[in-house]
Amino acid sequence: MADDLKDLKLELSKNGIFTTTLEELYNWGRKNSVWPLTFGLACCAIEMIATTMARYDLARFGAEVFRPSPRQADLIIVSGTVTKKMAPQVVRLYNQMPEPKYVIAMGACAISGGPFRDGYNVLKGIDRYIPVDVHIPGCPPRPEALIHAFMTLQKKIEEQALRGESRPRHLNADLPSEFPVPAFGAHGLEPAQNDEVFLNETGNPLRILQ
Amino acid sequence: MSALPTAEDLKAQIEAGVPGAAVSVIPNGSPSAQHSLLLDHAHALAVALFLRDHPDLRLDFCSLVTGVDWLDTETTEKVKVKKMVAGPDGVETEQEVEETRKTKIPGYLEAVYHLFSMEKKHGPPAMPVVLRLRTANRTETHVPSLTPVWRSCEFQEREAFDLYGIVFDGHPDLRRILMWDGFQDFPMRKDYVPPADDILMEARP
Repeated sequence: MADDLKDLKLELSKNGIFTTTLEELYNWGRKNSVWPLTFGLACCAIEMIATTMARYDLARFGAEVFRPSPRQADLIIVSGTVTKKMAPQVVRLYNQMPEPKYVIAMGACAISGGPFRDGYNVLKGIDRYIPVDVHIPGCPPRPEALIHAFMTLQKKIEEQALRGESRPRHLNADLPSEFPVPAFGAHGLEPAQNDEVFLNETGNPLRILQ
Repeated sequence: MSALPTAEDLKAQIEAGVPGAAVSVIPNGSPSAQHSLLLDHAHALAVALFLRDHPDLRLDFCSLVTGVDWLDTETTEKVKVKKMVAGPDGVETEQEVEETRKTKIPGYLEAVYHLFSMEKKHGPPAMPVVLRLRTANRTETHVPSLTPVWRSCEFQEREAFDLYGIVFDGHPDLRRILMWDGFQDFPMRKDYVPPADDILMEARP
């Protein structure tokens, strides 16, 4: 929103008049009802469950409704070690979610493989196959860290412009909403990563170290 | 409760009870002193049945099956050999010469079984009877399955097959259990090389 519009809004609110934009209203509604998928992979899932319970109370952020079906979920929290045998199912679940959809990679394993990185059976980070919105380090991250990640995601949703080049994926018909499911190969998953998704900060595909 | 016979006594009992069985005791030098019994392939099943059904032993519970990979090893030793050696004056005399001899010990895969008796509760201390089966080498990886004797071996032998490539002849359902069916490697073998999927961040300009 342009600065002069913001100033006008502030000025009006000082005089007891509330104004908003459709974009703000739309994003405000979206960010306060992000429904996660009931989905846990390992010990991080226990922390995720603790986050939803009374002590940490994720319901304060409108995310208490964990949906048992990907068709009704907006957010997938990849909480735990993604084994190579599980990775196609994670990608498939993500593909089955309707847009707009978001991903939180929770914990060292989900973002990089963690302590099991050198294992023959562990995927070195789910961001090789699906686009991750927020990464949380930690082994496992405390509930506060998940809440912080959730608030970061809310901020991200709030700031999404609905028009223009940077509009979110669900409003851009040219961008994919499903991603290829890796196949079980003779020596590992094929392909080892999705070059459309697995990018460095400059937007170039990351190379595999030979 | 009664004490378990020692490995030597077990070997004698087995050889008396199962005619033709070749059992050798593999000593364990550690303080636990869990000596184990190496069985031959032809009589492994008969020995297993003998251990399970013998009234004093009644080893009715196989608690674990493990795979072990032993790589090919090479030992060098220096041996003194008497040889005819030509001296500086051209006359051959017998002298002691040191030679290094290399011996290659071929590797093999091994399946290890730990047996207990629920009925007899041998001990204390509760010690397992340890059986070993060895493959001929690391490419001919067949051993007889003991699943027909102890049902609890079924999944664990499948796991040893999955991760080590030990083929258990006589197993009712020998498939991979942890990795997917199309997987071709045996990841717990010592010469396994995982696929290169580490990333290298491109240096920032």
